[in-house]
Amino acid sequence: MSTAQQQETVVEVRGLCNRFGRQSVHENLDLDIRRGEILGVVGGSGTGKSVLLRSIVGLREPSAGTVKVFGENLQNLAPAQRAKVERRFGVLFQQGALFSSLTVAENIELPLIEHAHLTRKDAAGLAQLKLLLAGLPADAGSKYPAELSGGMIKRAALARSLALDPDILFLDEPTAGLDPIGAAAFDQLILTLRDALGLSVFLVTHDLDTLYTITDRVAVLSQKRVLVADTLERVAATDDPWIQDYFHGPRGRAAEQAAERLQEHN
Amino acid sequence: MHTPAQSSSLLHVDAASLRISGEWTLQHYAQLEQQLASITLPVKATQAVDLSQLQTMDTAGASLLVRLLGTQRARALVNQPEALPAARLALLETVVSALEQDTSTAQAKPRQTPAQMLAELGEGMQRFSGQVLELLGFIGLILETLVRSLLHPSRWRVTSLVAQMQATGLNALPIVALLTFLVGCVVAFLGATVLERFGASIYTVALVALAFLREFGVLLTAILLAGRTASAFTAQIGSMKANEEIDAIRTLGLNPIELLVLPRVLALLVTLPLLTFIAMLSGIFGGALVCLMTLDISPTLFISILHDIPARHFWVGISKAPVYAFLIAAIGCLEGFRVSGSAASVGEHTTSSVVQSIFVVILLDALFALFFMEMHW
Repeated sequence: MSTAQQQETVVEVRGLCNRFGRQSVHENLDLDIRRGEILGVVGGSGTGKSVLLRSIVGLREPSAGTVKVFGENLQNLAPAQRAKVERRFGVLFQQGALFSSLTVAENIELPLIEHAHLTRKDAAGLAQLKLLLAGLPADAGSKYPAELSGGMIKRAALARSLALDPDILFLDEPTAGLDPIGAAAFDQLILTLRDALGLSVFLVTHDLDTLYTITDRVAVLSQKRVLVADTLERVAATDDPWIQDYFHGPRGRAAEQAAERLQEHN
Repeated sequence: MHTPAQSSSLLHVDAASLRISGEWTLQHYAQLEQQLASITLPVKATQAVDLSQLQTMDTAGASLLVRLLGTQRARALVNQPEALPAARLALLETVVSALEQDTSTAQAKPRQTPAQMLAELGEGMQRFSGQVLELLGFIGLILETLVRSLLHPSRWRVTSLVAQMQATGLNALPIVALLTFLVGCVVAFLGATVLERFGASIYTVALVALAFLREFGVLLTAILLAGRTASAFTAQIGSMKANEEIDAIRTLGLNPIELLVLPRVLALLVTLPLLTFIAMLSGIFGGALVCLMTLDISPTLFISILHDIPARHFWVGISKAPVYAFLIAAIGCLEGFRVSGSAASVGEHTTSSVVQSIFVVILLDALFALFFMEMHW
């Protein structure tokens, strides 16, 4: 990545406020996602990580503030233009959100047929590729989501989110519920896809190993805003009790050491 | 092997070389696909590949490129670092490795033969008889659990029972009363029109009263509750099943039949007869109103005619209510337990439970009618 590219901002959140009745989740939250980076978003339970994701992709209208994606404010766009921008998103929901009445292959074909206007046969061919890219076996396409294991559902959902070759990938806890081997493979997969496809990745996670191995920057949500957003080393060095606990607790240390070993190994 | 010149913006093929250029992306997929279809794939190994004018490529384009070159050739290309910029090479390599794992062969959906259709019919019949058996088994299970829990008053779920009674009985009262009132009016109109021709319009009263006491009161209520309550039971228990809550109940050492099914069955056993009684009154009231307005039969006369109708008609009608109540509740709950996994399954079984319970109610009503007729009750 050249420096000029790194400076380019694809998502710009300014002064975002989200309130549910009297309860306020975000107050004056600012955040940037730069082109080609993997941004990890961490925070304790209930700090509104998923709400932030939903606000950015336009599923939730913010109570105040603006969210600009590729320089456009989704809330102000006409439906047709908005759909055009939304096609450049790939979203992986926490539970996968695969359509349970369709097979895995049909799940991936759906956006290809609807948006890219491919024939069913072409779409099936591409869907098969996306399945393989996401690391699923070739025969998984004909199965229904209910027949898949948790890890396979994540991979199938990733395959669907990659269907239209998006520019930004939003991942909501992609490695939660995966075994360590599967999670590590998933991390590598995201890294590979980012490098190969030039994706920008917005990654909500609790997985410290994921943070240490693949993120370029980490944003910490705390006290209703982004406390700090910077490289992992600088974030980990921030003087905040929650951050210190998070990165320097027993799990944090273990993940750090594992990442160091991995780097030496390479 | 020649492609038309106008489409060579993306791909140019001649005897010795291949020139790939322009945007190999999803937007141009259909166009590329067409061009690929016009040449024999994969291309000969002797043809040189020129990728220098390739502008952009995404996974869709990469997959087409792999198809054009064949996986082996593409793999060889990946191993030549100078052929493409690093990022593009990484993409191509990812796609090549993915496609190398593709061992599946495209298979067309097999056509249905008459023998298969026959087999499907047989399977359907088998499934049906299996379901009937399962329902009978489930009814047995409910009765067994009921008897067991009756012996232990400490295990009676009174709160749950009352809550279910409110949901299935009290909340259904307005719709049941309104519907039977309207049907009462309709039956009276019908009677008045037909019987007037024979000069027997006074018998409209008996028609309405008999119809509602023996049949319509209980049948309409049962059908309404089959639609309203059986579906609710299936959806409630079904979503609990999909959410593994039923398994949680079992692992906590509790009995889901006792916890979920008994309160629902007992509640319906109480409320359906009560609602039936209201339905009879409401239907007869509707009939009385029509009699008063179109036939000038005063309420006093109406009631005095009602007095001459023997009470056994009422007992015939109301005696059917508990049977229907039990079956509606049992079918609703059983379908809930049959739900597996997904949200689509909940919907499927909800539909099935309504259809089944209405079918059973009407079938039994016909059998009851035959039975009571033979018994001269």
